[in-house]
Amino acid sequence: MQVDKETLRKIAHLARLEFKEKNEDEMIESLTEILSWVQQLEEVDTEGVEPLTTMSKEVNALREDKAINKLSQQNGLKNAPQKDSDYFRVPKVLD
Amino acid sequence: MKLEKNIRDKYIVVIGLEVHAQLQTESKIFAADATTFGDTPNTNISAITLGHPGTLPKFNRKALTYAIKMGLACNSEITRENIFDRKNYFYPDLPKGYQLTQDKTPICKGGYIKVKTRDNVEKQLTLHKIHLEEDAGKSLHLAGETDTLIDYNRAGVSLIEIVTEPVLRSSEEAGLFLAEVRKLVRYLEICDGNMEQGSLRCDANISVMLKDAAEYGEKVEIKNMNSIRNVQRAIEHEIERQIGAVEAGQQIISETRTFNADKGTTAGMRTKETLNDYRYFPDPDLSPVIVDETLLESIGREMPALPEALLEKFTAHYNLPEYDALFLTETKEMAAYFEAICKKQGHPKAVSNWMMGPVKSVLNENGWQITDFPIKAETMAALIQLVREGSVSFSAASQEIFPVLLENPDQTPLTIAENHNLIQQSDSNSIQPIIDEVIAQFPDKVKAYRHGKKGLIGMFMGEVMKKSKAKVDPKLTNELLRKTLG
Repeated sequence: MQVDKETLRKIAHLARLEFKEKNEDEMIESLTEILSWVQQLEEVDTEGVEPLTTMSKEVNALREDKAINKLSQQNGLKNAPQKDSDYFRVPKVLD
Repeated sequence: MKLEKNIRDKYIVVIGLEVHAQLQTESKIFAADATTFGDTPNTNISAITLGHPGTLPKFNRKALTYAIKMGLACNSEITRENIFDRKNYFYPDLPKGYQLTQDKTPICKGGYIKVKTRDNVEKQLTLHKIHLEEDAGKSLHLAGETDTLIDYNRAGVSLIEIVTEPVLRSSEEAGLFLAEVRKLVRYLEICDGNMEQGSLRCDANISVMLKDAAEYGEKVEIKNMNSIRNVQRAIEHEIERQIGAVEAGQQIISETRTFNADKGTTAGMRTKETLNDYRYFPDPDLSPVIVDETLLESIGREMPALPEALLEKFTAHYNLPEYDALFLTETKEMAAYFEAICKKQGHPKAVSNWMMGPVKSVLNENGWQITDFPIKAETMAALIQLVREGSVSFSAASQEIFPVLLENPDQTPLTIAENHNLIQQSDSNSIQPIIDEVIAQFPDKVKAYRHGKKGLIGMFMGEVMKKSKAKVDPKLTNELLRKTLG
């Protein structure tokens, strides 16, 4: 499977990853290699097999509806790069 | 800009709605944080909500029950094997980088909500699906601030999203649909239905097409409407704008627009994300949820009587006009109050008249819900009974006793009537002398009546009422008057 430049740039944008243009060829090569390796899975006949959505056999792991706040505001804000006494602060987003 | 009717009539309007309803769960959908509205910012948070690594979400049983209730109320098919999916996008209102939602297996498929238009046309508005998902945090873009402020109290609150098929054809239908959804969620007690506070939110997809066109026009999504009226205003404006553009030979751009309630107009939103590619995939942290027969049956047993069934009961069993029945079934509490009075007082129409008259005025004046109304159902029944048996006139009951009861809900109507000397004469022996007196007073009118001016009966009634200070039973007085006048 060959990845083209457009696909590479789209994936990079969606993942918010940045790299220099001169590294693009290297990235393409690397991505292509990974995809080709995973592509081997297509050799398996999956006719009539439901897609696997979870590795665990567990179902209905449900919680009762009980409110417990486990994290204080102060501790919650602690790791934020930017904050004030009440809020997380992020660069202005307008929608 | 107001379109000529003949131009507008050339087009079909196609509307689909997406309604988000915040479920009234105490904790969030996948974490135990509280969900109280209006708390100090970022106090209802957890490592799960903040998207810290190594955390494991766990699904709230009540959110599942509530979503199924809505599906049952809308005659949807309930999905038996559910998984959750990640909808990937970077936006600071969800720190994980994805929203947990149901893409492949919405908990409810299909179904419909019935509405009745002004022209008395009943329409079944088909649903595409109802799915469960988590709400996002709140972003504040304050004037003068270089940053956007984020409050994660709302992030992770349980939501259902109700998605219609593109089957609505007017702003009126959109309004009726929303009013019906709000009524249903309140009956089911799964959401408070408050659009101003955002616990019920609506986005509308709108397109227009010429009547003979084979394909839908380009659709535009409208956001930011915080009342049913604003949804209708936004749709009306958008229809006019789109038809105007098509008539002028312009292309409609498929985009998201935001409604400005002050101006009543819509405007395109500036979006930073050029391509929307959510790359949905099953969330591996949440195990599948199987809805079996036992669960479905137990939820079915918890279902309250729904507005439609009550409307049917109120018109068929209580024999009320549909107008009355609609008013009385607007909320579950109102319907229950009405029925509690009827249990003590066997004349539903009389009860309904009281509810739609004096009671409704008091509710409106005070901005009350029926649950705020101070008078107990059995007291109201006793008051209505006093009028029915002729002990007090309706005007004495509604204008004298009722206001006293509102202030002193523990008194009995009879005591108040007696204390205020309002008990009316309802035996013919005491009424007849007053009638004779009035007849003697107006010999000309009596002659005219006997010559066929039967309308004068009203004037005689009025005189008798005046003389008796309205303390005679009107029905009996009317009978006696007619008999005496011959």
